[in-house]
Amino acid sequence: MLEITPLHYSLLSAALFMIGVIGVLVRRNVIIIFMSIELILNAVNINLIALSDRLQDLAGQVFVVFVIAVAAAEAAVGLGIIIAFYRNKETVNIDEIQIMRW
Amino acid sequence: MAEAIVFWTLAVLILGLGVMVISARSAVHSVLFLVVNFLLVAVLYVTLNAEFVAVIQVLVYAGGIVVLYLFVVMLVNLKKAPERYADPRRIAWTGTLLAGAVLAEVIAIVYASVSSDEAGAAGGGFGADTPFAECGAGPLVSCNTEQLGWVLYTSYLIPFELASMLLLVAMVGAIVLAKRHL
Repeated sequence: MLEITPLHYSLLSAALFMIGVIGVLVRRNVIIIFMSIELILNAVNINLIALSDRLQDLAGQVFVVFVIAVAAAEAAVGLGIIIAFYRNKETVNIDEIQIMRW
Repeated sequence: MAEAIVFWTLAVLILGLGVMVISARSAVHSVLFLVVNFLLVAVLYVTLNAEFVAVIQVLVYAGGIVVLYLFVVMLVNLKKAPERYADPRRIAWTGTLLAGAVLAEVIAIVYASVSSDEAGAAGGGFGADTPFAECGAGPLVSCNTEQLGWVLYTSYLIPFELASMLLLVAMVGAIVLAKRHL
């Protein structure tokens, strides 16, 4: 309990990952679903950083830099899609987004 | 002892704020909880000796991505709450159930990898492929930043350039998607 091992960080990461997955599966607002995806990416980053510290290997931190770059790209494109969709359908409710053509 | 206190405090706060992000009624509140969550994760990175990544986390996530989210929440002015209409075929509790299954799976993987880690450590262990380089005695440069820059521009040069191309493509794509008339 008092000694913090990489296992603790992995379990924290797994719990945060699960919170993100619940958000993706349960919420109906597309913006909140995107935020849940950011939570999932953060969970993965915690894991990589903790193991980088444990194994004294910088590759984990390099990977986190790439994950953050991809997350930024994903957020920009995804939010662009949301804006374009909202302009056409006046909604961001995922239950009303059923067709891929309009 | 101090490490344990810091870890448990941060873990409770990070998980609590994560729950707040996905359970808040208003999207603006979700974004604000998300900022605090990202800042706390950055603190966790500092405790794990990853100062450069912590700074990047604050700058890119808490500074850039969250502002993007706030702009979208502002642009998407919702007259009726998006949660009001639910598809009658949607079964919400299956989502939580599936997420529980995912958690069980991830925890099983964690425990399996820990036991194989111990077995590997007994049989020689991991060799670090990109070990921490020696850092110079620059007074203002963080040692971690110097090491990470060294690795990023030598071993990971091509992925680094590919990431820059990805960001360029994403920037063009976002503009094309969001622009009304080209």
